[in-house]
Amino acid sequence: MDLNTVLLVLDSTVRLATPLLLACLAGLFSERAGILDIGLEGKMLAAAFFSAAVSAVTGQVLLGLGAGIAISVALSAVHGLASITFRGNQLISGVAINFLAQGLTVVIAQDWFAQGGRTPQLEGSGRWDSLTLPLAETLRDVPVLGPIYYELISGHSILVYIGFLFVPLTWWILFRTRFGLRLRAVGENPAAVDTAGVSVIGMRFAAVAIAGLLCGIAGSYLATALQAGFTKDMTAGRGYIALAALIFAKWRPWYALMSCLLFGFLQAVGIRFQNIDLGVFEVPVQFMDALPYILTVIILAGFVGKAIPPRAGGQPYVKER
Amino acid sequence: MDRMPAWADAILVPLISLLLAALLSAVVILAIGENPVEALNLMVAGALGSTYGWGYTLYYATNFIFTGLCVAIAFHARLFNIGGEGQALLGGLGVAVILLYVPWPHWTIALIAATLSAGAFGAAWAAIPAYLQAKRGSHIVITTIMFNFIASALLNWALVGPMKAPGQEPATPSFAASTHLPTLSDVFGLVGIQWSSAAPANVSFFVAIAACVALWLLIWRTKLGYEIRAFGQSEPAARYAGISPVKIIMVTMLISGALAGCMAINNVQGEAERLVLNAAEGAGFIGIAVALMGRSHPLGVFLAAILFGFLYQGGAELALWMNIQRELVVVIQALVILFTGALDNMIRMPLESLFLANRRRRERRGGGGGPKPDRKSTTAEGAR
Repeated sequence: MDLNTVLLVLDSTVRLATPLLLACLAGLFSERAGILDIGLEGKMLAAAFFSAAVSAVTGQVLLGLGAGIAISVALSAVHGLASITFRGNQLISGVAINFLAQGLTVVIAQDWFAQGGRTPQLEGSGRWDSLTLPLAETLRDVPVLGPIYYELISGHSILVYIGFLFVPLTWWILFRTRFGLRLRAVGENPAAVDTAGVSVIGMRFAAVAIAGLLCGIAGSYLATALQAGFTKDMTAGRGYIALAALIFAKWRPWYALMSCLLFGFLQAVGIRFQNIDLGVFEVPVQFMDALPYILTVIILAGFVGKAIPPRAGGQPYVKER
Repeated sequence: MDRMPAWADAILVPLISLLLAALLSAVVILAIGENPVEALNLMVAGALGSTYGWGYTLYYATNFIFTGLCVAIAFHARLFNIGGEGQALLGGLGVAVILLYVPWPHWTIALIAATLSAGAFGAAWAAIPAYLQAKRGSHIVITTIMFNFIASALLNWALVGPMKAPGQEPATPSFAASTHLPTLSDVFGLVGIQWSSAAPANVSFFVAIAACVALWLLIWRTKLGYEIRAFGQSEPAARYAGISPVKIIMVTMLISGALAGCMAINNVQGEAERLVLNAAEGAGFIGIAVALMGRSHPLGVFLAAILFGFLYQGGAELALWMNIQRELVVVIQALVILFTGALDNMIRMPLESLFLANRRRRERRGGGGGPKPDRKSTTAEGAR
């Protein structure tokens, strides 16, 4: 395997890891505040559709991004209404949101574009261009480092860089601000936060809204940067992989980056190589597909470092009366 | 706290939820420029207007009864099994393995063998998440979701690899003719009722009904069922009463997985008569809606499964005759899950206060002579 192939796989790792990372950080905010979010998948899917649809109609990818974020935050609001206000089952609410997105996107897509549940192909200003970072062209001929800079670091859409920037930002918000402290406290011991005079409901809605924002970016990225347009069920389980990555990362931002890169790498390898011949036996591509899920189960089982979720996760908060 | 009457809880709340879901679906249909009344007529005519329609409705319903029961029994132990889809896929594998590699002389024996095999495969697939929940405390919702994906990868591999029939399609060879199940038209033909022979509903519908009855007996008429319910109501109390949480989680999930697996006798043995890719077609997830709608009661599950069978068949008709995609059914399914599952309190709370206000008014009018029951005594009675 030469440097070029390695770079191609790593380059596609970065591309594929970005939506996982954004969705994973979305889940991180939500679950750190004690709201489990199975609905990452649905929010991403709805955002993917609406951003592609609006981009296709207006030719403005930025408007598309706005639409994607708006619908994703709206679904977050439904999730918040069900799981925070009405203290319903957060898991069931998430499942409902996933199906809602899965069904509505196709029904509406057919109504608007009549192309069998997809949007028209996006082109030109309807899609994010890839950025060429400064000096990428000039440094390209420098051995080893040049191609790495040119292929791997430069040449992605701006959403990729935003996604990666969200990692330190998330860390900073959660661990260096008062808001973050309260958010984490709401996920561990809401009664204590309530006693301190901070609104548990407000904090949880804020966390869920941030999750909606991030899922919106993730979905937009899928439909307007990674691909050129929306296709039915295009998230293809990424929301669940992000959930897996979140557990793998034990609900921590930097670990989330690592686990998303790992799962993105597995996807990239699966796409590039199909069946991998290890000499002794052949690893089928399906095994590569299943590997993120298998790894997550192993992590969840606690055989390799125990993953301990936020303590109040999944429990609606009832103020004492 | 005071409760509303049991009938309101069992019938009124799901009905209102269903009504809300239907209303919102009608809004969706209106929004895409179609007529909801026309759509409903078309659905009713297509799904219930002929024995052909009924044949499809009952075929889908059979799937949903199995997956609905799968989710329902887990709910009784307060476990959320999202893994019905994966367990149903594995059940299909179990059916294919036993029907492909063993020559069966008659469909009756083949059906029993296939049921056992499908159940065993489904149960085995549920066993690992159950064990991890019981022994290691891993969240069963997450592990069962993961197992859905692993199951789908496993079946992909089996169907393009070792079990694939010659040809382009990723599917197993067809099962031997001696294992084919009689359709409802064969069954009803015996008693002289004309029934469409083109529809896929088959004798496994009766197996599904038997499963409903068996599950009702299990939950409300056996010691194990009592233990499962006790565990679901309060784990500490169950533990104090000497009920082993590990045993309950394992047994409940094994039954749950087996039920989902048994779905395969309908869709794999009964309809396709071979194993194809993605054979479960999301029925495992519809089981969630069915169980929520049916309030985890076997009779409720049965009725909700028929309703969803109707929606599925009706939805197919809509896609055929109107500019409405089949995915509209997924939207309805989502709304049903949302209203009966997650937004339950939104409907229950106002309804409860309505009943309470009504009762208080009646008490005031009826008990005019005697001392008025103060709040304390009613709370004591409610807390009993």
